[in-house]
Parts: sequence; C-alpha cells; structure tokens
Amino acid sequence: MGILSIILKRLGLGVLTLFLVSIIIFMAVNMLPGDFAQALLGQAATPEAVAAIRADLGLDRPIASRYFDWLIGAARGDFGTSFAQANFSAYVGENSSSNYGSVATQLAPRFANTVFLASVTAVIAIPISLIIGILAALYRYSVFDRVANVSTLTSISSPEFFVAYILILVLAVLNPLLPSLSNIFDGMSFGERLEKTLLPALTLTLVVTAHMMRMTRAAIINLLASPYIEMARLKGLSPFRVIVVHALPNALAPIINVVALNLAYLITGVVVVEVVFVYPGIGQLFVDSVKIRDIPVVQACCMVFASAYILLNLLADIMAILSNPRLRMPK
Amino acid sequence: MTNTKPLLKIRDLQVDGISDETRSRIINKVSLDLYPGEVLGLIGESGAGKSTLGLAGMGFTRDGCEIVGGSIEFDGIDLVNSTVEKRRQLLGSRIAYVAQSAAASFNPSHKIINQHTEAPVFHRKFSRIDAETDAINLYRRLRLPQPEMIGFRYPHQLSGGQLQRAMTAMAMSCRPDLIIFDEPTTALDVTTQIEVLSAIRDIVEQFSTAAIYITHDLAVVAQMADRIKVLLRGDEVEENTTRAMLKSPRESYTKSLWAVRSFERKQKPPAKTGATPVISLKNVTAAYAMNDPVVCDVSFDIHAGRTVAVVGESGSGKSTTARCITGLLPPLTGSISFDGTALQPDYRQRSNEQLRQMQMIYQMADTALNPRKKIGEIIGRPVEFYLGLTGREKRRRVEELLAQIELEPTEFVDRYPAEISGGQKQRIGIARALAAEPKFIICDEVTSALDQLVAEGILRLLTDLQDKMQLSFMLITHDLSTVRAIADEVVVMKDGLVVESGPKNDMFKPPHHAYTDLLLSSVPNMDPDWLDNLLASRGVDNIGDAAIEKMNEN
Amino acid sequence: MTWTSGFIWMVSIIAMSLFLRPIGRRVPIAPIQHACTGMSLGGAFGYSIAIAIIYLMCWLYFVKELIFFQWFVQGVIGLGIAGYLFRLAGQHFGTDGSRKMFRQMPVTAALGIIIIIGYAIMSIFADWLAPYGQAEIFAKVNVLPGGNPDLGGDPAHLLGTDQIGRDLLSRLIYGGQNTVGIAFITTCLAFLIGTFFGFLAAALGGWFDQALSRIVDMLMSIPQLIFALLLMTIASAWAGSEKWLLTIYMILIIAVLDATRVFRLSRAVGMNIVVMDFFEAAKLRGEKMPYLIFNEILPNAFAPLLAEFGLRFCFVFLTIASLSFLGVGIQPPLADWGTMVKDLAQFINFAVFSPLTAALPLMAASAIALLTVAVNFVVDWVLHRTSGLRE
Repeated sequence: MGILSIILKRLGLGVLTLFLVSIIIFMAVNMLPGDFAQALLGQAATPEAVAAIRADLGLDRPIASRYFDWLIGAARGDFGTSFAQANFSAYVGENSSSNYGSVATQLAPRFANTVFLASVTAVIAIPISLIIGILAALYRYSVFDRVANVSTLTSISSPEFFVAYILILVLAVLNPLLPSLSNIFDGMSFGERLEKTLLPALTLTLVVTAHMMRMTRAAIINLLASPYIEMARLKGLSPFRVIVVHALPNALAPIINVVALNLAYLITGVVVVEVVFVYPGIGQLFVDSVKIRDIPVVQACCMVFASAYILLNLLADIMAILSNPRLRMPK
Repeated sequence: MTNTKPLLKIRDLQVDGISDETRSRIINKVSLDLYPGEVLGLIGESGAGKSTLGLAGMGFTRDGCEIVGGSIEFDGIDLVNSTVEKRRQLLGSRIAYVAQSAAASFNPSHKIINQHTEAPVFHRKFSRIDAETDAINLYRRLRLPQPEMIGFRYPHQLSGGQLQRAMTAMAMSCRPDLIIFDEPTTALDVTTQIEVLSAIRDIVEQFSTAAIYITHDLAVVAQMADRIKVLLRGDEVEENTTRAMLKSPRESYTKSLWAVRSFERKQKPPAKTGATPVISLKNVTAAYAMNDPVVCDVSFDIHAGRTVAVVGESGSGKSTTARCITGLLPPLTGSISFDGTALQPDYRQRSNEQLRQMQMIYQMADTALNPRKKIGEIIGRPVEFYLGLTGREKRRRVEELLAQIELEPTEFVDRYPAEISGGQKQRIGIARALAAEPKFIICDEVTSALDQLVAEGILRLLTDLQDKMQLSFMLITHDLSTVRAIADEVVVMKDGLVVESGPKNDMFKPPHHAYTDLLLSSVPNMDPDWLDNLLASRGVDNIGDAAIEKMNEN
Repeated sequence: MTWTSGFIWMVSIIAMSLFLRPIGRRVPIAPIQHACTGMSLGGAFGYSIAIAIIYLMCWLYFVKELIFFQWFVQGVIGLGIAGYLFRLAGQHFGTDGSRKMFRQMPVTAALGIIIIIGYAIMSIFADWLAPYGQAEIFAKVNVLPGGNPDLGGDPAHLLGTDQIGRDLLSRLIYGGQNTVGIAFITTCLAFLIGTFFGFLAAALGGWFDQALSRIVDMLMSIPQLIFALLLMTIASAWAGSEKWLLTIYMILIIAVLDATRVFRLSRAVGMNIVVMDFFEAAKLRGEKMPYLIFNEILPNAFAPLLAEFGLRFCFVFLTIASLSFLGVGIQPPLADWGTMVKDLAQFINFAVFSPLTAALPLMAASAIALLTVAVNFVVDWVLHRTSGLRE
C-alpha cells in the first residue's frame, strides 16, 4: 500500500469521525426535556409566544432537517442564532434574523483570542519541554532527572486552577509584574495583548510542559535502548553524533506525536484557565453558555473544540506516517 | 603464532550486573589471549556471560554492567583505565562489532551505505568516496546480490541474511584488527545461515582479521574458530584448539555438551497398511486472509504410538497446520479426522471428549503457563475438567503426574511458574497435556527455547512417555537433530506445501527432493572440515537463498 | 533584578562550572574526588546551576523572609520527613514481605501512602472531626482566619466563616468527604463498566469487539471535559431544581465517559493475555467464557489495572473539582473543594495584608492537588515496580 493511500484513508477516517461527532453533539442537545421556547420565556410563557419563538428559531421542524441545516451552516461558519441574544433582541424589538444575535459573530473574536493564547503557550512550552525531556533522558536516574520527575508529577497532578492561583499570588499580587485579569479587547497593541495573555499562558505552560517533558523522556529512553544506538556507540562515534544522527531522526515521529497530543490536551485546559483569568476566549464563552443553557452556542463551542482535537490527533498520525522510512520507502 | 604478542589480553576479568539494588557476578575471573589473525570461539548456554565478555573485549559494558576487577589490554592499550575518548578512537576503527540481530542494529532512517561509510569517515580512515567504493567491493566479496545498488537501500528493504552480511561488511569498513561476532547467525534460518557463515569466514581469512565468535551452537563454532573457549555461568570451563576440543573434551560439562548430539532413538516399524490413523489430514488448505493461503493442499497421517516430525523453516506453514488440527483456524477446504471420524473444523463445535484426546505442548514455556496459578492448579484443572476428580483424588492424580515427569511432587505442587527453571516449566507443560489422558499430542518447537542439555532431557522424557502410553506425537520443528533423535516419520514443508514425506531413515538417505537435500546439507556438523567439504561439493553459488532461487526458477 | 545583576549571575555560574571540577578533585573526600573525575563539563554546569538555585532559595527564605515561600519550604520538608519516617517504620515492623517492600520504596511513594491514608481517615470520620455541620449557618459572617479577635478572627472558627456565615474549617473537612467520596464512587463505577466490556471485547473478539471499539473511539474523539460540560448542560435541565439529582447525573456522566478509557486499557491488557499460550490452552480445553475471564485474564490483569485505577481516580477527581469550580459540578449545600476555591478566590488579593486569608482558596486547591500528587507518586512507583518485574 502506498503512503498516499494510507494518508488519504486516515484523512477520510478523520472526516467520518468529525461527521459522527457532529451527530452526537446535535443529538445530545436534542435530548433536552421540554421545549426551549418555554424555558426561555419561563413564567411569562403563553402558547402564542411559545409558538412564535419556536417558529422563529426553527424548533418546529423535524430533527433530521434541523440537523442538516445546522451542519451545512456550521460548515460555512454559520452556527445559527444564540438563544440568549435572540431573547434579548426580541425584547428590544429587533428582528432576530439580523446578524446581531448570530453565534458566529460571538464566536469569531473569542476563537481568535483562544488561538492566540494557545499559540503563546505552545511557543513557550514546546522548546522548554523538549530540551528538559531530552536532558532528563540523557542523564536518566541522575539528581536532575529525579527532581524533574517529582516536579512534573506534581505539576501534572495539580488542577489547572491551583497552578493559576499560585501564579496569580506570586506574579500578580505579591510582585505586581503581570495583570491577574486578562481583559483583552479589539484595538490593543500586540505588546499589550501579550502582556495580558502571559499569565494564563504560563499556567497552561506549566501543566502542558510537564506532560510533554515526561512523554519526550519516555520516548527518548525507549529509543536509546534500541540495538542500533548501541551499534552507533560501538562504532566509536561521539555522543553528540549518536544523538543527532542516529537518535533524532527516529525520535521525530514520537516527538511530533507528543507535541500534537499535548496541543490537543491544551483544549481542555483552556476552559478552566480562561475562567480563572476572565480571558475572553471560547472556553469562557462555553462555560457561560452552559450555565444559561444557550444551546446553539454550546453546540458550536463543542464542535469547535472537538474539531480542533480531532484535527490535532489526525495531524499527529499523519506526521508519524510521514516520518517512518518503512512507509515512505516501501520494499 | 605463540611467538608474537597477543592482540587482546584479558586477565582475571570480573563483571557485575546491577539491577535495582542487587549485584550479581556475570563474569568471574576469566582470562583470554587472542593473537593477530586468530579466531576464538566463545561457547556457552544462555546466561554464560559470553556476550558480556565479547563486549568487554571492546572495553564496552552495557548499561547495568560494571567491570569490577581484572584488566583488558588491546595491543598494549589498557581498556579499563583509559579515558572515554581514547577507547572511542579504537571502537569502529580497530575493533568492530557484528550484532545478533542485524535488522534491529541498522538504523531504520539511514541508507545502508551511509551507515557503512560513517565509521571510516568519522575516524578519518578513508574519504567518503573511497569508503563507498570499498563498500561496493566488500558487498561483492560477500556475494550480496546487486553489489552496486544494494547499499543505497534502506535496511527494511533487505532480507535477514543480506543484512547480516551487510553488517559484516560494515564491520570491515575500517579494516579493523579485531571483530567481535555476537551470535551473527542465531536468528537466521538454517539454509540462510550457511551462506552467511561461509561469507564471514571468507572475509575474515582474506584480511587475516582476528575475531571472537560467540555462539551457543557447537557445530557452527567448529567451522569458524581456531580455538574454542567454553563458559558456564561466568566461569571458564576449558579452552583448547578446535580439533583437540572436538576430539577429546576434558571437563565433564564439555563432554555432556558433546554427548547431546548423539541421542537417537531407533525408528519404529511403519504402521500396518489399512490401520486407522489417529490423525489424518486430507487436502487441507487454510488462510488467515482471503486468497492468500498459508497452507496448501496438505495431507498426511499420524498413526498410534508414532512420532511424525513436520520440518520446515520459518514461514513454511508448519505451525498453521497445527492450528488447523486443533481447530483454532478452520481450514478453507479439506478435512481432518481423528480415529477415523471427521472432526468439526472449529474447536468450539467439538465435544469435550474430542478436545481431551488432543493436547498441545508449546514452545515458550513462559507464556504457556498462567503465571498467577500454582503448579498444582495448572495440572489439576484438566484433571478436574475432563475426569471430574476433586479434592484428595485430584491431588493424588496431580502428584502422580508430577512423578511421571520426574519432578518431586511435594516440592513443586505449591510453587508458581516464576519460581522454577525453563526446563521444569516445559515439563509442567507436558504434565498438563498428560493430565487430560490424551491419545495425540502436538509438540510445537518444544525444545528450541531450551539449552541443549535440558532439551535432551525433554526429548528423552517424551519418548519414554510415548512408549508407556502409546501416545502419538506431531513434532513441529526446524531443528533436524531433534528430528533425527525421536521422529519415526518426517514431513518436509516449504511455503505451505508438503515437499516430501516418508519414514525417517529414508529421509536421511539420498536421493531426495532438491529442497530436502538443501535443508539436510545445510545443517552444520561437528566436523571442522564440514563447511569446506560442503562448499567443495555444492559450490558457493548453490547454497542458501541463491540455491532456493534457482529451485524456484526450475 | 536588573540586567547587570543577571549578567553577573550568569558569569559566576559559568565560572563556577569551569572551576568546580579542578577544585573538587583536590577536596580530600573520596566520593567527591571520584565524582569530579568522572564529571563532564555539562554535568559541572548543571551542578553550578543547582548551587545557584539553592543559594537563591536560601536568600528568599532567610533574608527576604517571604511568608508564602517559607510555608512552602516548611511544607515540603515536613512532608519529606513524614515520608522518610513512615518508610523507616515500615522497614522495621510488619511481615517479611512488607518490610522488603518498604526497603525498595522511594520516599515519594511512602509519602503518597501516608497522605492517602490521611485523606481516607479524614473523609470517613468527617462527622467526628469537623467542629460544625457543613450547612450550619452562624451569625458572624466573613470572620477572618487565624482565630485572633484583634485581627478580625474568632477562636470558635479557626479558619473563619464565609459570606453567609458557614464555618470554613468544617466545610473544608466535609468538602474532602464529598469530593473524595464522589470521585471514588465514580471511578469504581467507571471501572466496573470499562473492565467488564474491555475483557469481554478481548475474549470474544470479532464484530462485538469491533463495534464496541468504534463506539469508544467516537466517544473519545471529543475532549472529555468538553463532553462532560455538554452533558451536564442537559443534565441540569433534566434535574431542574432537584440539586441532588444533578450530582447523581454527574456521577453517571463522568463514570461513562471515563469508562471509555478504562475500556481501552483493559481491552489492551486483555488482548496481551488472550494471545498467550496458556489462554489458548484453556480455550482448547473447552473452558467457558466466565472461567476464561475470571481465572485466566483477571488475575494477570490485576497489577496494571490497579495502577490505572489510581490514575483514573486522579483524573475523575480533577474533572469533578474542575466542574465544581466552573459551577456545574457538586451542588450546594454540599461542601466541596472546587466550589470553595471559586467562592474564596477573590481573597487572594489580600495576600499582602493578610497572608492567612489569601491562603484560604489555596488551602482548598492544595487539598485537591496534594491527594492527586500522592496517588500519582504511588502509581508511579507501582508502574516502575511492575515494569521492572516484567524485564
């Protein structure tokens, strides 16, 4: 089997997964009891008002057609109308079909913010964790390795909000170096934005670095035990050359895998951290919408998170396939 | 030869292995002298410390090993106390290493020739271009196919035998004074082994390189070495020139090693014509994936009280045939009958009585016994399951069975498999099969994971049991000396087909099928001249993969 | 710290790494001499950095007298000593087997074990240990911790009270009972579901295994916390005003989501056992499925599953704490640590004036962290031990 067909197969599987996940998310939300129009109006629900809102939001149509409308919309970046916004706009007498209450307008800037936060984290975390991981593998069972082991284990075990509050305490309250609230808005300069993002990014870095470093260490140790590394050493090569020429090309696949997996892990971590720092990202929006049961927004956020997660895992798989000489050069 | 200075001089070497907090001695005061151009064979069973000694000869210890005493001198250079940099200068350039598993020892990410030229370029012995030309030259001398091209492939694109020869070429790349061969042919099939052996011997002779050849196979070392040193659990047993050692071993341990090969039971008379065979295979074809049969149109009979050996190299379909008989892999076509009645193809549809009559003994005793159960439970379960014995009766039967396999019942009943030796585990596997009181037992490579002395004990036990209980055996093996020892009939398989079958004595006499002939002639003998004679009679192009290719063309 | 002082630090570290080895070789103590002879330049650099860090820490502790740093160092040293003493005790009491176990145990694992025991005692005997009930409301609100009336404290409420007058010490203790208890129940449930289907899939194989594995793949392709939040939205609509029902739903949701991971592992472990010859021998003997699962697979899967139980417990515990922190987990009036962190979080801004008050949210958060760290320490050791045995 050629490498292209393997990758295409994997891509196809990814798309299928995405499709099935969208069904799960849509169905899960439709398991809600009662009617949303009723829930929205609460005490003031009259049959006419309920019917009006249902028609307005399209809740009276069959579930399959609603699903496909939603899916097609979602594929174009249109996730429908936010219930909370619809309610509000109906109250102020505006037409809910106007662009004002659409989920997409709410989501887009926050999505950009979250991507910014994740990128800053990745830029800090990836080099640090790879260097520490490789050093720990090279000097395994040394004092350095043991200290790194205990501290990363501690960092992995701690909830994200614990790490966040410790950082706030040290870097914002006791030594006012960084702001503890990340109120980001349009028109801020990159520098200001970075300054506000630094504390949440550092929190995520601490958690993700620990994971990444441990996985890198395990991958490298596994690699160093292989007979071809022993062979390289027995050829009298310098330790540096053994690492660079013989270990690294083979370590690429596991390391890429580690990085992609941890970026996927960031997605979960982002929710809690954004809430702690009141960072206006998608995670914060998600939690707020969950609390007020704003279904279209919850659906959209879920879909965005799941897609990112699936895509990163897909990326890890494909990179691993590409870096494997057995698959790149068939017999 | 004795007038010159030794190239490698090891005196009273002691090496410790450290795991967790316990230390154990791996090499115990072993001394060794190796002169330029000489080949020394290191022989011993698993755990004898031969690999550790070989690596120590390079001044190298694996992680978890430590040199605690003695001295190693290579050409006057102290390898124990010199700096890391000094030792590194020797490795690859003056001392080279050939590992057991070439497939794992080549870096999968680089082309063969780039790995070949790495050491000469790094040690500034040759320029890159010279090293490449030399590599192609070496590939040609080692009779690798397409010597100009083969180096530009990745390791996974070569076969095991080719990789082993490419690794030998790589070891030669700097024209070292000493090469350590660490079981270079153990992982290879017997027909491929012969090709690699002759190539290695040629090249070592051509460049008059000194070598240490490590192996557990006496017949192999007899072809390769000028002198042989025997090791047992880190201690030296004895050392002598090859011919003297083969002719008159001094120590009792060495003698017993030699004696193993002589065990042979007389072939039983063939079963009466018209007798119902215990197991009969008719035109069995089986496959794991559709349209890719692993076993094709196989037919043979196994009669009461007889041992049928199914012989073939890896991938010949012998184990798959066994899976068809046991019902784990229902055949696509063909039938299998037991005592004249046809068996259901799937074991789940067979009755307990049918399952009881057919038992199996496995190759790896480690995975064949549930590590969380005591010996008594392992043997007791079939007794209870098939015969319905419980309580004291069951216990008595278990003790009886343990006595039959020559183990002290009271001592073993309450032990776990991890607490007994490999040979004892294999005996427990036999007892579990016997506990069902079967008629027919499949022995799947039962001795190949064991050291020779232990293996012989197992074979003797099996033949005794067969005589006592009129058992029928199907013996799956790749080892022809095992066949010679206990088989009555032989079935030779290749690529899923039965090439030839018949009584044992006929099989070891010509004329036979070309493949059988190749297989038989490829098994090394204890005679030091065997390889020379073979090469003289068959020619270098008529052994190993080359011979098989010719066969396939015809 | 200015740029110049940073530069001085760097230069002195590099200088130290250059002179460390020659000086070390002249020290008349054999182990130091030996270590310095075999040390590479990189190693010397590492040691120099370590010395600099230790110096910096001493300076922070003794000269700057940072109260939070002092608490941290005292905590770490105290826990270290506790772990060491516990291991020492274990080496001298008990059976031969347990003594041998303690001899090979790292201090971290010993520490983990006492912390877990401590949490278990605190959770089980919360009713006796807590001075008041978890929902009991007192007249005094917002009492500061410390118990000193001059500083706004009250000796009756050592850790003070919250905005509506509940005793914080009691809530901290009950919070342990609720959070740990619920996490434990959830993990057990996840394990029952996960291992049952996992082993069944491994033993049966075929379409049953394929179907289950695909479903699990699907469920696992949505990040767990996100999926949990989505399902909690629906659960909260179902539960309506019945808050206790929401807690039950949460247990079920997390148990099912976590069971997917347990399924994966137990299936993989099961697969490894199913291909073993002893399993084939049992199959060919004609043994039935229950015997195969309970007598052949389960005893061999016990050690990896035990380690996995610890890891899963941590994960569930953190998920529940996070959900509670986000306001959709364990519901009031039940006390729990996640919610406490959220409610007390703003006190952290008082760190400069009243360190003890600022420590309140951190106490609840570190109570969560300490338990998961402890479990992870033990699991790490168990995994190391079992992998060592396999080699």
